[in-house]
Amino acid sequence: MLLKNYNPLKGKRLEILDAEGNVINDKLEPKIDKETLLKMYKTMTLGRVADIKALQYQRQGRMLTYAPNMGQEAAQVGAIAAMEDRDWLSPGFRDLDFMLYRGVPLRQVYLYWYGNEWGSHYDEGQKILPINIIIGSQINHAAGLAYASKILKKDEIALAVIGDGGTSHGEFYEGMNFAAAFNAPLVTIIQNNQYAISTPRRKATKAETLAQKAVAFGAEGIQVDGNDVLAMYVAMKEAAEHARSGKGPVLIEAVTYRMGPHTTSDDPSIYRTKEEENEWAKKDPNARFKKYLIDKGYWSEEEDQKLDEENNEFVKQEFEWVEANGAVKLEDIFKYTYGEMTPQLTEQYETHKKFLEENEGK
Amino acid sequence: MAVKNLLQAINEALDQKMEDDSRVVVFGEDAGYEGGVFRVTAGLQKKYGEDRCFDTPIAESAITGSAIGMAINGLIPVAELQFDGFVFPGITDIITHMARYRNRSRGRYNLPVVVRFPVGGGVRALEHHSESLEALFGQIPGLKVVMPSTPYDAKGLLISAIEDPDPVIFMEPKRIYRAGKQDVPEEMYRIPIGKAKVVQEGTDVTVVAWGPFIRETQKAMKLLEEKGEKVSVELIDLRTISPIDEETIINSVKKTGRFVVVQEAVKTYGPGAELIALVNEKAFLHLEAQPTRVTGFDITVPLPRGEHFHFVQPERIAAEILKVAKF
Repeated sequence: MLLKNYNPLKGKRLEILDAEGNVINDKLEPKIDKETLLKMYKTMTLGRVADIKALQYQRQGRMLTYAPNMGQEAAQVGAIAAMEDRDWLSPGFRDLDFMLYRGVPLRQVYLYWYGNEWGSHYDEGQKILPINIIIGSQINHAAGLAYASKILKKDEIALAVIGDGGTSHGEFYEGMNFAAAFNAPLVTIIQNNQYAISTPRRKATKAETLAQKAVAFGAEGIQVDGNDVLAMYVAMKEAAEHARSGKGPVLIEAVTYRMGPHTTSDDPSIYRTKEEENEWAKKDPNARFKKYLIDKGYWSEEEDQKLDEENNEFVKQEFEWVEANGAVKLEDIFKYTYGEMTPQLTEQYETHKKFLEENEGK
Repeated sequence: MAVKNLLQAINEALDQKMEDDSRVVVFGEDAGYEGGVFRVTAGLQKKYGEDRCFDTPIAESAITGSAIGMAINGLIPVAELQFDGFVFPGITDIITHMARYRNRSRGRYNLPVVVRFPVGGGVRALEHHSESLEALFGQIPGLKVVMPSTPYDAKGLLISAIEDPDPVIFMEPKRIYRAGKQDVPEEMYRIPIGKAKVVQEGTDVTVVAWGPFIRETQKAMKLLEEKGEKVSVELIDLRTISPIDEETIINSVKKTGRFVVVQEAVKTYGPGAELIALVNEKAFLHLEAQPTRVTGFDITVPLPRGEHFHFVQPERIAAEILKVAKF
């Protein structure tokens, strides 16, 4: 019903919390237990600290390229909290908080950005695809996951995540169309953070909203305040239910803002103003959620202070673990190309290993 | 044992694997109801239902990309791309994802996917319907690349490809889809990926070819025989483009000392270049003549009225074999 009430062609946007954390739509306020709400908030704050520290480590020459998520915590945590652990996640590359909420250790995601493939070897039970750098493809991969769920009659959905920039990509359209054509249980979240690196959303498409693109697929679409964790939760709950019940894919546009740079190699001051950044800082998803929790009596400034200290210490330890364990073994760069190493790879590996041994210390 | 052409042998392999393993799904543009433009998948939808053999939207990225998700989530996808020239819109997911997924996830995800498509010229087709892409895929780490030359091999190699834990590019030489029939055993059998076959033993010149060019080389050998030229050719069918069966080739060259590669693809950076480099690296001191190649030219495949200039004819193969034999 919610989806019908928020027709993206009519300029509607789902909001529950305002920028100050006040409930402005109490009919839709979700009933989430305290434990879950705090888990959501803690994930968002940990993600924020992990970003800030990763940027620092990169500046110190200890971390390589890193894509921070700051500003998009609500879009990610709100959605993943409304899913089941048996559901699939097909992420892009700016999706840390989805993973943290699911229990992927921070050290593992850090290990990936540190430059080691083991960072994408999630535990067997984690139904998460590796971080995807070539944007667009994750929609097709998720469409395939969802198709398999459907014909194997598994009670699960697939969530694909993309940015506003990614919706220019052909694979976005192909994947959404494929899933819709087969009524496969796919939900796609567009994190519209306003920029594809430096190109503003308005310059990338003439469409009034990104959610309205759902109409052409024959799918449902809804635009949501992506900085409102409760609105994201409610939208995702509804979308997941829709997909799970065999009604086909849903497209959620989460309107948000990338508070940091595209990656550590980017300088946003070239293409956006301080005024704009300040305007969005007032809509900070973490700050408004904190206010909501304090208002409910679930949280306090003192606890928040303590959590921040714990997060900083935890993140530091996680990164130190990565620095101590992040080296790559020669064997590993050959071993996983095929199920079994080909004679060619075995020869190349053995030859290079011997070369390194013979030249060690020279 | 039944007599079958190459196309029927592929159909039988798909049929038997679908029967054998309910995880196998077959799909592509027109691959469902109609059975594909060449009818390779004919009858499969009727037998196994629309979930397991289906028509996709005309969107090659969706075909190759969704195959990745299907494989991760418990299916064994056999994806059909309609023609060699239509591979390109779907190539992102093959090269940037399918080939890399195992390595990217350090073995967490392996992709048992087969991507099948007809390749090469010889059917007087439109533009984009006659491409030879062995080198393109052979260069991609993580992919295995196979091309059968006979109905018997087609069935055995395809069954192996479907059972392989890694993505396999299965190239079907369209010019011999219906060219000849052969006894094909009715039971399931496997031909190992990564093993070449000595089609004919000989002592003077090693000739390596694959796909339709086994047949063309055999025609060339017949031409030489008719001319009274006594050249003992050892003909090797590569069967797997990648990984190359180095042992079979090197052993043969050590015996003959002479080496010719036949390929339909363009000359520069083609598979022939790789095979000649291999022979130079591993059998140089056994060579009696410079290794050579008979290839297409470094041009866009001409439209049908001009394609005969480009496609390698038996006469060119015969002339090259003779030149190398008499060097």
